[in-house]
Amino acid sequence: MMFLRYALYRFGTMLLTLWVVSILIFVIINLPPGDYLSNQIAELRATGQADGVAKAEFLRKEYALDRPLWEQYLIWAGFAPGPSGFSGLIQGNFGWSFEFDRPVGEIVGDALWLTVLLNLAAVLFVYAVALPLGVLAAAKAETWADYTAGFIAYLGLATPNFLLALILFYYGQKHFDLPIGGMMSPEFEGEPMSWLKVKSILLHMIVPTFVIGTSGAAAMMQRLRANMLDELHKPYVETAKAKGLAPGRLLAKYPLRVAFNPFVADIGNLLPAMVSGSVLVSVVLGLQTIGPYLLAALKSQDQFLAGFVLMFVALLTLIGTMISDMLLVLLDPRIRYGSRGT
Amino acid sequence: MSIQPSNRFVDPTPWVDDADISSPERADMDAPAWRLMWHKFRRHKLALISGIFLLCCYLILPIAGFIAPYTPNERSADYLYAPPQSINLWHEGEFIGPYVYPITAKADLENFRWTYTTDETRPLPLKFFCKGGTYNLFGLFPSDTHLVCAPEGASVFLWGSDRLGRDMFSRILYGAQLSLTVGLIGISVSFVLGITFGAIAGYLGGTPDWIINRMIEILRSIPELPLWLALSAAVPSNWGPVAVFFIISVILGILDWPGLARSVRAKFLSLREEEYVRAAEMMGAKPSRVIRRHMLPNFMSHLIASATLSIPAMILGETALSYLGLGLRAPAVSWGVMLNDAQNLASIEIYWWTSIPMLPIIVVVLAFNFLGDGLRASLDPYKS
Repeated sequence: MMFLRYALYRFGTMLLTLWVVSILIFVIINLPPGDYLSNQIAELRATGQADGVAKAEFLRKEYALDRPLWEQYLIWAGFAPGPSGFSGLIQGNFGWSFEFDRPVGEIVGDALWLTVLLNLAAVLFVYAVALPLGVLAAAKAETWADYTAGFIAYLGLATPNFLLALILFYYGQKHFDLPIGGMMSPEFEGEPMSWLKVKSILLHMIVPTFVIGTSGAAAMMQRLRANMLDELHKPYVETAKAKGLAPGRLLAKYPLRVAFNPFVADIGNLLPAMVSGSVLVSVVLGLQTIGPYLLAALKSQDQFLAGFVLMFVALLTLIGTMISDMLLVLLDPRIRYGSRGT
Repeated sequence: MSIQPSNRFVDPTPWVDDADISSPERADMDAPAWRLMWHKFRRHKLALISGIFLLCCYLILPIAGFIAPYTPNERSADYLYAPPQSINLWHEGEFIGPYVYPITAKADLENFRWTYTTDETRPLPLKFFCKGGTYNLFGLFPSDTHLVCAPEGASVFLWGSDRLGRDMFSRILYGAQLSLTVGLIGISVSFVLGITFGAIAGYLGGTPDWIINRMIEILRSIPELPLWLALSAAVPSNWGPVAVFFIISVILGILDWPGLARSVRAKFLSLREEEYVRAAEMMGAKPSRVIRRHMLPNFMSHLIASATLSIPAMILGETALSYLGLGLRAPAVSWGVMLNDAQNLASIEIYWWTSIPMLPIIVVVLAFNFLGDGLRASLDPYKS
C-alpha cells in the first residue's frame, strides 16, 4: 500500500516535470526568429511561385502558426482547441513535419521503439560491465587489475563518443565482419518482424551499444569501486572474514548489497547522459533512431518534428528515472517514502 | 631577562625545541591550508604532471601563431592530403641540422587518392624565425614571424595536411585556442549561476529552496545534448565566429550549473548551523556578506576541484556540437570543426592523419580528470 502511494506520487511528479519540460522545449524551439513556413513563404514569394504560397499559408492557418506564442503552445500540447478541435500531443497528434511533408507520427514511427531498444541495451550493457569490473577493482584494490580497470575507465570517459563509434565501426567491419551503419540490413526495412530481422538488428546493435555505454559504464564502475572500498573496511567484513567465509561469497553477501544502492540510484544521473549519447551516435552512424530526425529538424526549424523528438527523449529519461527510483525503494526499505530529506 | 630600548622584555637564552611539550605533533600543523594542500597534492604524481601539462597548454595559446608554421586557413593546392612528414637531423650519417625531404603529389586515378613520393636525395634545411602568414600575437599585435617555416620548394606538415592542403599541426594549435577556452568560459558561467542559486537555496531555505530544487531536478532530468543542439540551432547563422563561440560557451555553461548548485546547497545547509556563521549573523552581517566572507571560502577549494572535473564535459560538448555542424562553423578553427572534416570512413582508412585532432582531445580531457581527482584527494590536508 505504501509502495503504491509512493508510486502514484512519483508518477504525479513525473507528469508535472514533463509539463514544465514541454514549456521549456517549446520556448527553445521558438527561439530562432521566424519559422519554417514563413521562411518558405518568403522564399516562394521571392521566386514568384504563387500557388506554393497559398499552400504554405494554408498550413500556417491549419497549424495555428499565425497565433500568439502562448496560444500556439496550448494548441501544440493539446490544452486548447486548435483550428481543427483539440488535437495536440496529449491527444496523440504529434503535428505535421513541414520538411518531410508528412505527419510527425508517421515519420518517427519505427524510430521510436528502436530508440527505446537501443537505450535499454545500453543500460543493460552498463550494468553488465560496471558491476563485475567495479567489484573486481575494489576487491583487488591497488593491484594491476585495479589499475588496468581504472585506466580503461578513464579512457572511456575521455574519448569522444562519436569518434569511438567511427573507429569501432571501421575495425569491427574489417576484423569481425560487423555490419556498417544503420539499425538493420537494408533489405529488412519496412518488412514485418521475422527471426532474421531480429538477428540483423541485434548484430547492428553491438557497436552502438558499446559506444553509448562506455562512458556510463566507466563512471558507474568508479563509483561502485569507491562505494565498495568504503564498505570493505567496516567491522562486519572483518567479522565475516574471521568466521572463514570464502572471499567471493563474502563480497556478494555483505558489502556488495550495501554498495549496490547508489548503483541503482545512479541510473537517474546516467540516463540523460546516455540518451544524449545515443542521439549523437545515431547521427554519426546513421542509425534509424530519432537522433538524425532531431538534427535535421533543428537545422531546418521544422518545429513540430523537433519538438516531438525532444519531448520523447525527455519522456524516455523521466520514465527511466522514475523506474530507478521505484526500484530503489523496493530494494532498500530504509529509504523513506515521500518527498522529505531530498 | 634583558630589557630592550623599547621597553620590551626579551629572554636571551636560546629557545629549546624539545622543552616545549605543548608543541603540535606535526611540524606543519600551523602552516596555512594552501601549503598543506600543496604538499599533499605534490604526492599525486599523475595529477601534478597533468597540471603542469595543462598549464603549458594554456600558456602556449596566446603564442600559437608564432609556433605554428602556417596560418590556419592557408591552403597549399599542391599538397592535398599530404601525409605527415618527419623532421630529421642526420642525412647519410652526417649532421646537417633539422631538415625535411621535399614531397611531390601524384593523383592516383585508379584508386582515386593522392599518393606522395619523398625525394630522399635532397634534404632541405628548415628556416627559423622566418616570415610567413600574418597572425596576431596575444590576439593583439600583428606579426608575421614564425618559429619554423618550410624551406623553398618544400612543405613542413608535421601531422599531414587536410582536404584543402591546410597544415594539421598548425590548425590543431589554432584550434586549441577555441577548444580549450570554451571550457573556461563555460565553467565561469556555470560557477556564477551554480554558486548564486545554490547559495540562495541553501542559505534562505523555504520557498526559494523548493523552487531552485525543482529547477535543478528538471534541468538534470533532460538529456543535455538534444538541449545543446536545440539551443545552438537557435544561434543565428549570420553571426561572426567570435559571437558564436561566446554563445556556445554560455550555452554549455547554462546547462551545467545544476550539478554545482546542488553541491553548493548541500554545503550551505551544513555550514549554516556552524557557530562562526551564527556569530557573524549576530553581529549584524548581511546575508550576502556572511555568504561571501564566511561561508564561500570554506569550500571554495571543493568547488574548484569539481569545476576542474566538469571542464572536460564542456570540451567534449563543444567538440560534439561542432562535429555535428551546430557549434562553431568553418572559418573558425576548433578541434570539433577539424573532426567535422574527418567524419567519413575514408579519412580513417586512407588519410588517417585527418583524425589526429582526437588525440589532443583525449589527452586534455584525461589531464583534466587526473588533475581534478588529485585536487579532490588533497583538499583535506589534515587527513592522512
